[in-house]
Amino acid sequence: MDPEPAAVADEATLVRRMRDGDAEAFGLLVERHMRRAYLAALGLVGSREDARDLSQEAFARAFRARHKLDPDRSFYAWLYQILRRLCFNFRRDRAVRARALAGAAWLADADARSAGVPDPARELERAELRRRVAAAIEALPEREREVFVLKEFEGLKYREIAELAGIPIGTVMSRLYAARKRLADALEGDR
Amino acid sequence: MSTLEPADRERAQALLMAAIDDELGPDERRELDALVAGDAGLGAELARLRRVKEVTSMVTLRAPSEEVWDGYWKGAYRRAERGLGWLLVGAGALVLGVWGLWHLLWNLFESLWADTDTPLPVRLAVVALVLGGLVLVFSVVRERLFTRKHDPYDREVIR
Repeated sequence: MDPEPAAVADEATLVRRMRDGDAEAFGLLVERHMRRAYLAALGLVGSREDARDLSQEAFARAFRARHKLDPDRSFYAWLYQILRRLCFNFRRDRAVRARALAGAAWLADADARSAGVPDPARELERAELRRRVAAAIEALPEREREVFVLKEFEGLKYREIAELAGIPIGTVMSRLYAARKRLADALEGDR
Repeated sequence: MSTLEPADRERAQALLMAAIDDELGPDERRELDALVAGDAGLGAELARLRRVKEVTSMVTLRAPSEEVWDGYWKGAYRRAERGLGWLLVGAGALVLGVWGLWHLLWNLFESLWADTDTPLPVRLAVVALVLGGLVLVFSVVRERLFTRKHDPYDREVIR
């Protein structure tokens, strides 16, 4: 049973169908949002395998709790609430944190042009930068990390971050400030 | 180091973020310029945070290979099904477990209590065991409820 092309149905209709237990509608909603959910989880936990598991689990929980879903509200915003709680709980496991600290494989160069140019010295430099940034992000408190990831990697506006995280815009800005200050300390101290 | 008062400092930090993220309106831009003009520390902090932004803008989240999406939604659906299965198994096991434990304890309690030959220390031990169990259950339940009620993360609201 493969989902039909995602573009044909509007989201509210899909959510209504999913509320009625329609697995196909659920599949379409998953296909629409899986990339974004995966990357959100990746930003929060820093591990690709765990990001896949956690984002899938978030969808599964959303399906099980579908009767609570309001078709007139954003499905992703609701899903994100489930996802962020899963990721926060996951990270509180000390062993998980230790594992995540092991590498920076979850980060890539933002400049796509660098990927196509075989320059070992430059690649070493880039890898070192990724390592330092990854370590600095890993050390952030989870709420600051969340806001930082939504801003820096998803490129959301403050208002959108506030809606997703369920916090006032002022809190978004103060958490972002705190995160960047910590990052500045970490990156400068790492030289 | 900035010399601003705490309230002004908080406002300045918000303006610094908005400036770095290009979310500053014209009025806010003037407000920030005035603050920076009156506080050299703030200007230095703005430059420092801009450098951080430059560095972090050089990396992004690594996109997964396309194979990751093969069967992704089916995996999520299977998880939902299995979750329901585990929930039912867990609920059934819990009810049966509680029922069995209750019968076990009740039979033990009755046999010890009804037997007139049971020494007083054993009777007292039975009472202590039951009371201790109740106190522990009450304590755990109260802790859970108290912790949840006072969890600062659960109090986040949109103004």
